[in-house]
Amino acid sequence: MRNIKYSEALSEGLVQAMERDPGIFVTGIAVDYPSGIFGSTTEALRRFGPKRVFDAPAMENALTGIAIGAAAVGKRPVIVHPRNDFMFLAYDMMINLAAKWKYMYGGNAGSVPIVVRAVIGKGWGQGASHSQSLQSTLAHFPGLSVVMPAFPADAKGLTLAALTHGSPVVILEHRSLYDTTGPVPEEAVATPIGKAAVIREGTDITIVATSFMAYEALHAAQALADDGVSAEVVDVRSIRPLDEATILASVRKTGRLIVADTSWELCGFSSEVAALAAEKAFESLKAPVRRIALADCPAPVSHTLEKVFYPGATTIAKAALVMLGRRDSRLGEIDRADHFKGPY
Amino acid sequence: MRAISSFPDPEQPATGRIPPEVEVGLYRNMLRVRNAEETLAALYREKEMRTPTHFGVGQEGVAVGVCEALLPGDVVYTHHRCHTHYLAKGGSLLGLVAELYGREDGCSRGRGGSVHLTDRSVGLMGSSPILGQGVALAVGSALAFKMDGASTVAVSFFGEGTCDEGVVYESFNYASVNKLPVLLVCENNFYATESPLETRQPSGTRLCDRARAFQISAEKVDGNDVAAVYEAAQRALARIRAGEGPQFLECETYRWLEHVGPMFDHELARTYRTREEVEAWMQRCPVKRAGHRLLARGLATQAGLDEWRREVVDEMTAVVAQAKASPWPDPSTLFENVY
Repeated sequence: MRNIKYSEALSEGLVQAMERDPGIFVTGIAVDYPSGIFGSTTEALRRFGPKRVFDAPAMENALTGIAIGAAAVGKRPVIVHPRNDFMFLAYDMMINLAAKWKYMYGGNAGSVPIVVRAVIGKGWGQGASHSQSLQSTLAHFPGLSVVMPAFPADAKGLTLAALTHGSPVVILEHRSLYDTTGPVPEEAVATPIGKAAVIREGTDITIVATSFMAYEALHAAQALADDGVSAEVVDVRSIRPLDEATILASVRKTGRLIVADTSWELCGFSSEVAALAAEKAFESLKAPVRRIALADCPAPVSHTLEKVFYPGATTIAKAALVMLGRRDSRLGEIDRADHFKGPY
Repeated sequence: MRAISSFPDPEQPATGRIPPEVEVGLYRNMLRVRNAEETLAALYREKEMRTPTHFGVGQEGVAVGVCEALLPGDVVYTHHRCHTHYLAKGGSLLGLVAELYGREDGCSRGRGGSVHLTDRSVGLMGSSPILGQGVALAVGSALAFKMDGASTVAVSFFGEGTCDEGVVYESFNYASVNKLPVLLVCENNFYATESPLETRQPSGTRLCDRARAFQISAEKVDGNDVAAVYEAAQRALARIRAGEGPQFLECETYRWLEHVGPMFDHELARTYRTREEVEAWMQRCPVKRAGHRLLARGLATQAGLDEWRREVVDEMTAVVAQAKASPWPDPSTLFENVY
């Protein structure tokens, strides 16, 4: 299988879905710029033209309502937020309307299968309001599906799945992932929504991770192997619906759980998975669950503060060693350099 | 008292040239809506309808005048005070009544309640109680119609209170930039809940100017004159179908009952508006005015009006019995239609 970039995989999934379904259109700020959301919409614009890929004014809430109104009469709109944080402006439409449409009309008003793509920023001092990670806030509400592809195959696969899904789907994409590469099938292979993936098998400890933290967890697991620690890594892929079975099977097997998330702890995804293990796999746990999340403050800008704000592969690996009582380890800094030089 | 034409927008009164069968249809539709609302409000006092309900008694002229001017394929979005639009567009009466009683035969199968009505079979897409949502939704459906080259029109009904919301102006802007086939119908009943317009908008505000600021043509009309509303809607719809883009209608009207619930404000000693003001507006009753015009044009007799009234009362009586006999939703279906 060929290797392609995460951004190319997103693009390929979108183009293949648009070929199949003429009702799909893509809109949002900058989707038709030459930069094309890290190149993920460029090919769709070239292939299908400005009638199906077009810019929008800065009006996140109305745009989402407009997408819902178009979906209600048969379209399948894709909205893109180049910055996750702007999506807060659309929460009324997403949460009060899209998430509930099918339910609150008793199924009699049909469904509004919009797809909302949003980018999580990180690095180069993106700061407090350009780098948040909104999965927990969205996944709280029944009716929305929330997915976070970490690897190129799932970037394509979840795009394809979202664009045939019967209800609204939010795809959260981490900006640090766009240039990562991986094997991706050329044909249209959907990744099922609601299914986690065990991306590395192990026996000593389970690391459940979201998005970029799955990428970091895999790196940590490789470093831990040098120390004789066998870590299993579960890439959750879907925040809602959550694949409890895969997570619990892994926890029961290893007896230890680290949850690494791209957001904060309190009321967050990492707490949710910790609670899941405590409620349903308590008898298997050999150690307290450890959550790895952002420092409990808004994202700072200055480089020295950013460095301590974000957890990474080193944080995960060291937490695993502590949990296993491996005080003899000589593991040092394993974080990869961030080559991102902004401005965007 | 708040009076019609208190602002200097030109207003076109009804021409008096509406075809007789349309004039009769407008009256009978309003009569049916009025009777349904008054019956529901009376029954609501029995406390068997457990859903916050915003009755539209007094505002029938706007819903009926606009909906009668639409084509069957056109779609409508409405807000919390939605029974009038739902019925005027042809929504199932049983669907409405059973919904208020929380039954399986409700238009939303007892999952939605009074503020979440739908009847897609007649193009009543949905009502939603969060102000401004319906404006964006209608603009979105209009976008889809334009993409498909269809001549279909989307309509949004909203109150003047919704003109306080930012999403409205985002939506106006988008509809105008893209010349979308959407009819924006503002029902100005002067109060958002209990807050009068003058405490929420600068003095002298003309809502039509809000639309005009986005290059949307706007017209103000007496919302309690169903014929004037019908003709204004026809003019606006003709411009929309000619490709001229969104049109805005401000219809001045008045809600007789409290904001939410079946009571008159004076029954609850509310002071945000006077009983005299309410009663003066009740004198401007849109149903009575339309009835008088039918008599004046010789299109009906008083006996005929009485007969039509008996028909709607009989229909409603039967539907209420049917709704009360409708099954409750089965608790085992709680999780249906989440995704």
